[in-house]
Amino acid sequence: MRTARLLVLGWLLQLKVMMRSAFNGVLSVVWPMFFATTAFFMYRAGRDEATLVYASLGASVMGIWSATSTSASSVLQRERRHGTLELLAAAPANFAYILIPISVAMSTIGLYSMIATLLWGRFVFGIELHLVHPLLFVLAVPVTIASVGALGFLLSVACVRYRSAWALGNALEYPVWLICGFLVPLALLPNWVGPISWVLAPTFGVRAIREAALGGTPVADLLACAGLGVAYFGAGILLADHVLRLARKSAALQLS
Amino acid sequence: MAVIEARDLRRTYKTSTGTFRRRSLEVEAVRGVTFGVEQGELFGLLGPNGAGKTTTIKMLITLLIPTDGTASVLGFDVVKDAREVRKRIGYVFGGDRGLYDRLSGQDNLRYFAELYAVPPREQRPRIAELFELVGLTGREKERVEGYSRGMRQRLHIARGLLHDPPVVFLDEPTIGVDPVGARELRATIAQLVEAGKTVLLTTHYMFEADQLCDRIAVIARGEIVAEGTPAALKANVSEGGVVEVEVFGIEDASVERLRALEGVHSVNVEPREQAQVLVVQTDGRELTHALLAQLDGAQVGRVSAREPTLEDAYVSLVSES
Repeated sequence: MRTARLLVLGWLLQLKVMMRSAFNGVLSVVWPMFFATTAFFMYRAGRDEATLVYASLGASVMGIWSATSTSASSVLQRERRHGTLELLAAAPANFAYILIPISVAMSTIGLYSMIATLLWGRFVFGIELHLVHPLLFVLAVPVTIASVGALGFLLSVACVRYRSAWALGNALEYPVWLICGFLVPLALLPNWVGPISWVLAPTFGVRAIREAALGGTPVADLLACAGLGVAYFGAGILLADHVLRLARKSAALQLS
Repeated sequence: MAVIEARDLRRTYKTSTGTFRRRSLEVEAVRGVTFGVEQGELFGLLGPNGAGKTTTIKMLITLLIPTDGTASVLGFDVVKDAREVRKRIGYVFGGDRGLYDRLSGQDNLRYFAELYAVPPREQRPRIAELFELVGLTGREKERVEGYSRGMRQRLHIARGLLHDPPVVFLDEPTIGVDPVGARELRATIAQLVEAGKTVLLTTHYMFEADQLCDRIAVIARGEIVAEGTPAALKANVSEGGVVEVEVFGIEDASVERLRALEGVHSVNVEPREQAQVLVVQTDGRELTHALLAQLDGAQVGRVSAREPTLEDAYVSLVSES
């Protein structure tokens, strides 16, 4: 019960911190427009409505991923710069349960990005979304958000130990757009990309969302996405205390 | 058994220098620090910037693992029983950092109350009580980014006391706070000791240590160079005297000549606007003429003699180390 309170309150307050940032606010407005516009111009030549919806959904998950990947690493750097990382580490609460709400709050911001992308596509480019499996679609979205948040949590654990790891999040942002098939079907990519994409939950998340919307069998992808999310959370929880100890040993919690 | 115990604590930082040819360096920040703090005592760790005060405190509050030596708080080892130590200590540091600026003061405390497992029912009254204690009642719902430095510092203290810890670590809590705010903070610190808490305070303000601390350890270059009550430390230099000489444009060679004079313990040069003030600690004999004779070429202003203070004792200890 106490852990649940910590997770929920942490998520709520971290969400407050992020939503009150003017810079993040502007990015949240601009990004979805950028993603939806890119997807439309890439696929408009096909003139096939299903293809445009396929691209539009991919673009919306790009928003979730981008909000999480770059922020997961930079947010820890922000905590370090503000001197709050040391205070979080000095608290008796399980360190993993302090980091999880931070990452999940970032992917929640991504939910806004997803909705804005779909609305931009609908009202500016006329891409209409008709859901074949509405219930599974509604389930696939939060599962994808939670799994992407879990991946962000795993990234943020690395940032506790390595001060420069914030660059990792930035470096991963664009390759994952391709590797997870957000914009281009995985079948078009070289074979060696396959195994990499299979260990990334967004691959299955975006596939489940598309199949729930356009028709297909999204359950297996949904389960794979959820399973990978649980695995990321598990690995992060197991690693967090060990990484914190390493950071205490190497004095990596402070800025200088 | 002491509430806080440090035995031969050491901490080395590894760093590197150079851009293309990087060389790794090892900096020994704390070199064998040993001390103990008793129940209900306010113990001061006094030293100049870079002396190792913050590194020592960070080892005691479990944020840094010592390179060597051991430390315990309330009998719990700071490395092996880190979580048990964290439950029982409060940590407050000075400066602007360490708060969520975009949250209100109340939200900041709510978050940390949760992190310190303050029972939900107790959180609201506890937070109100602490706002009252630090004089921030009525400002709870304002965002911290609008707080003055003194208000932030008081909020820090409230945060450190949320779980009512028996041991409180204060790392330069009054740094950068205006004189009135600093006086109020010192009054709050005194209240903590009256409430029975054990406090370890680091500071480089002599008068603060003199006013608040039951015992002081002077730390310089990572080592404790003296330990005792403020009165005992002052007594170390009370036999001697202090001569202050205002000079304009003194050369290093002249200062060295002063240091070499028989009967001179230490010479400290303090810049003051256009002039410098030489603070010369002597063994008590009359040396004014001998001192002035070494200042050839420099324009001399006011000359005065006085009794040594705790600051002189501190300067003497730090200079000698």
